[in-house]
Amino acid sequence: MAKTIQAPLPGTFYRASAPGEPVFKSEGDAVAVGDTIGLIEVMKSFTPVVAEEAGTLVAFHVENEDAVMAGQPLYDLDA
Amino acid sequence: MGVTSIFIANRGEIAVRVIRAARELGLRTVQAVSAADGDMLAARLADAVAPVGPAHATKSYLNKEAVVRAALEAGCDAVHPGYGFLSENAEFADMVEKAGLVFIGPKPETIRQMGDKARARQEAQAAGVPTVPGTEGVVADLDTARVEAARIGYPVMIKASAGGGGRGIRVARDEAELSTLFPQASGEARAAFGDGGLYLERFIGRARHIEVQVLGDGERAVHLFERECSLQRRRQKVWEEAPAACLTNEQRLALCASAVRLAERVAYRGAGTLEYLFDDVTGEFFFIEMNTRIQVEHPVTEMVTGVDLVRAMIKIAMGEKLALRQEDIVLRGHAVEARICAEDPTADFRPSPGTVAGLALPGGFGVRFDTLLYAGYTVPPFYDSLLGKLIAHDDSRAAAIVRLDRALGELRVEGLPTTAPLHRALAADPAVLAGAVHTRWLEEWLAAAPLAAPASPVPATTA
Repeated sequence: MAKTIQAPLPGTFYRASAPGEPVFKSEGDAVAVGDTIGLIEVMKSFTPVVAEEAGTLVAFHVENEDAVMAGQPLYDLDA
Repeated sequence: MGVTSIFIANRGEIAVRVIRAARELGLRTVQAVSAADGDMLAARLADAVAPVGPAHATKSYLNKEAVVRAALEAGCDAVHPGYGFLSENAEFADMVEKAGLVFIGPKPETIRQMGDKARARQEAQAAGVPTVPGTEGVVADLDTARVEAARIGYPVMIKASAGGGGRGIRVARDEAELSTLFPQASGEARAAFGDGGLYLERFIGRARHIEVQVLGDGERAVHLFERECSLQRRRQKVWEEAPAACLTNEQRLALCASAVRLAERVAYRGAGTLEYLFDDVTGEFFFIEMNTRIQVEHPVTEMVTGVDLVRAMIKIAMGEKLALRQEDIVLRGHAVEARICAEDPTADFRPSPGTVAGLALPGGFGVRFDTLLYAGYTVPPFYDSLLGKLIAHDDSRAAAIVRLDRALGELRVEGLPTTAPLHRALAADPAVLAGAVHTRWLEEWLAAAPLAAPASPVPATTA
């Protein structure tokens, strides 16, 4: 049963800590509570997106460096 | 050069500022807009808008090809880069000129020259402008370091030549400390960077940030006196003033004359700012770098000199010679600027984009508010947090601060927290009122007494 996790705040979504670095999570990866899924940049300040539920990351709804709004679907998790 | 139409390759409050100056010169304006900026104030005020790409700045406002293409397609003949983004990108300035457009700023070669810290330092020295005393290269050994440090003057910073971002820096207050720290630093630098090379530079513990505004036409340059921007947080200026009240008139004239010498030496064209560190204790000033563009805090200079800097830079770019003579530029009174940002000063300056539910703007004699705000506007999360600059001008520094505080009291931004409460606290602080500050003062002050959350909830504040 897939569950859609939403962006906690608006900004720019990043899948890695810096350009050229490996992504935090890929599709198909296991996710544990507390894992970092990505970063959201708000006005040049970075906030990690931290998993509150465990499962398998099924799919991302947004690409690296995409603009996201608060509440916008970020990724699907199979619990 | 026949300039009739300006492309504004920037956003926010500076885009509004440029549109206003261009319109007063009878020029058409075309505003660059990212996908997130279609309803910003500058887009509403411009004669036309031109999309330059997605919200993310690297794909829009920093995308050189997209910006030049949009300017050409919009039928513009000049580009104003504002500040930040591509304003100090020599390659962009080159591309603009090669596309047959006028770049409203210095020659690309000047941007390159002054953007390179080592070259800028050499030019400054050649123009007889003091730079931070230091060794010209790596110091071979401790004996040489002792001789050099005595010449430079204690305290000295020991810096790893392979270091950066503050890593590998030590401060020696005297020769005894140097003798202990120099070998340590060398060993550490070898371990950390694989290169034990060290150089020395004078350490200025309690420096003020002072900068001189210049205008040049490629041959002649004038100064428009100085600003003091010592109140900073995380190297970002928070509050700026003109003139710098800490200077004696002799110091002021020497400082400003040095800036003109350097600007003329590099045949500077347009508006530029030379940044200096000022040591209160010794009265010495040292050039650190030049910003080859208009600056955020330019309005305080405009208020005390009566010169419209953005208009002047456009006219110079149109090929006009500098109309001002140095003796025409006179200091009148004092101006203070508070940067109003979408940040919550009671919550560690957390960025706070959102929708402006209600807005009351300050006004009255001697008050100016350069802003991107309007009621109903949604401040996007993608760019920096500057919402506007509240500027107060009066006969004296004390009166200007009173006027700033009065204007801050009139400002109401509903729907998102701003840094206005920080500025009210600063305007009431005895050290600020006495002008007894330095570049680390604000961070120390914030650490000692963080601003409390307001006693009553701010109306209409929503997440």
